[in-house]
Amino acid sequence: MIEFFPDQPDLARVDVSGVRRVINVGLLSDEPPVPGDWVLIHVGFALSKIDEEEAASALAFLEGIGQAYEDELTALAESRIE
Amino acid sequence: MRFVDEFRDSEKARALAAKIAGLCEPGRQYKLMEVCGGHTHTIYKHGLEDYLPEQITLVHGPGCPVCVIPMGRVDDAMALAAEPDVIMTSFGDMMRVPGSNGSFFDAKARGTDIRMVYSPLDSLKIARQNPDKRVVFMAIGFETTAPSTAMTMLRAAAEGLKNFSIFCNHVTIVPAIKAILDSPDLRLDGFIGPGHVSTVIGCRPYEFIAADYGKPVVVAGFEPLDILQSIYLLMLQLSAGRSVVENQYSRVVPWDGNVVALRAIGQTMELRPYFEWRGLGFISHSALKVNADFAAFDAELLFDVPGVRVADPKACQCGEVLKGVLKPWECKVFGTACTPETPIGTCMVSPEGACAAYYNYGRLTRTRVTEASRT
Repeated sequence: MIEFFPDQPDLARVDVSGVRRVINVGLLSDEPPVPGDWVLIHVGFALSKIDEEEAASALAFLEGIGQAYEDELTALAESRIE
Repeated sequence: MRFVDEFRDSEKARALAAKIAGLCEPGRQYKLMEVCGGHTHTIYKHGLEDYLPEQITLVHGPGCPVCVIPMGRVDDAMALAAEPDVIMTSFGDMMRVPGSNGSFFDAKARGTDIRMVYSPLDSLKIARQNPDKRVVFMAIGFETTAPSTAMTMLRAAAEGLKNFSIFCNHVTIVPAIKAILDSPDLRLDGFIGPGHVSTVIGCRPYEFIAADYGKPVVVAGFEPLDILQSIYLLMLQLSAGRSVVENQYSRVVPWDGNVVALRAIGQTMELRPYFEWRGLGFISHSALKVNADFAAFDAELLFDVPGVRVADPKACQCGEVLKGVLKPWECKVFGTACTPETPIGTCMVSPEGACAAYYNYGRLTRTRVTEASRT
């Protein structure tokens, strides 16, 4: 989300991988986004706001899994049963 | 890109795959359906099946908006487009869907005014710019897209536009899932729930799948790690003998969905008593039409829509593919008579269609696997 237009509250300018476009944010009117927010865009409408905390916790889970796997690989490499 | 690259790490994918393999009971086969075509696309594009143990089969579901449009509706849209002074507008992936007399692209080549748009709001703009024409928007899609159509109708009403209408083909995902659950040819163990549909309807509508059918559901994001994590969560539930609805895609999907979007749909549309789905046949209360308050924007009332029913071409097995009974490559015409360039069936048209996704990515892997197993 980059900027909003005071005279057209349903519209906002967004940056999508470097492409700047005006989209409709009317579907987020319950909890209007602010500049800097990330949103999911579908056919010219912002459908949902991306929740940074939830994204961080999903990543933390994945990091955890990755760590457990690496620990196991290390343990396996160090193990000599023969 | 943020929120994307982090969910594509191959090391973490291998770690998840090892966890998933560890949860498989020896000798048991698992069939998990990814309902949404976007997931099918990710699965083939990133070769996710290669990460999974052989005991797990991913079954591709009906959640591809273009794939489920029956040929009769395409023919109806063509008839509408051929009416005097009409400009028909449609999303890009609808343009190549074959009707009984060719696709929108073929009709366009014959001189019919059919234009490709990115958003229904583009159609609205075309209507404003062409006051002497009647602009029709061919609305397709699940609950993900219906709110955009609804908001566009509300906008048109607020502006008092008289030359804009909707040919409504919006469908709803839950009755289709129920039809699949009730279908005798398929036994499934769990569902990778649709992500973007759920941003609108939330996670509650899937609770009957867990409660009444005893199948776990995990609403999933669209990056490779999202899907693998969802499979891991499904396998955790299956190994513990549990069935509940979980939300893996909580960074985007609120548990209760998008109330504003649901309200906009409710204001402008209502459920049809029944609707024909390609391959699945007629399903009760499975689609939306423009409601009486917005009748002025309902192309089905403004124009003579023939309402024809056209049987799918005999060679086409999209129905079986959409129900997950056949894998794309098991269809008789896959990759020979039916390719993304010259599709016979809808599953080969959209990038979300199982056949197109498999044709573009999966077949190469499969060929390699077959060759490797020969040597």
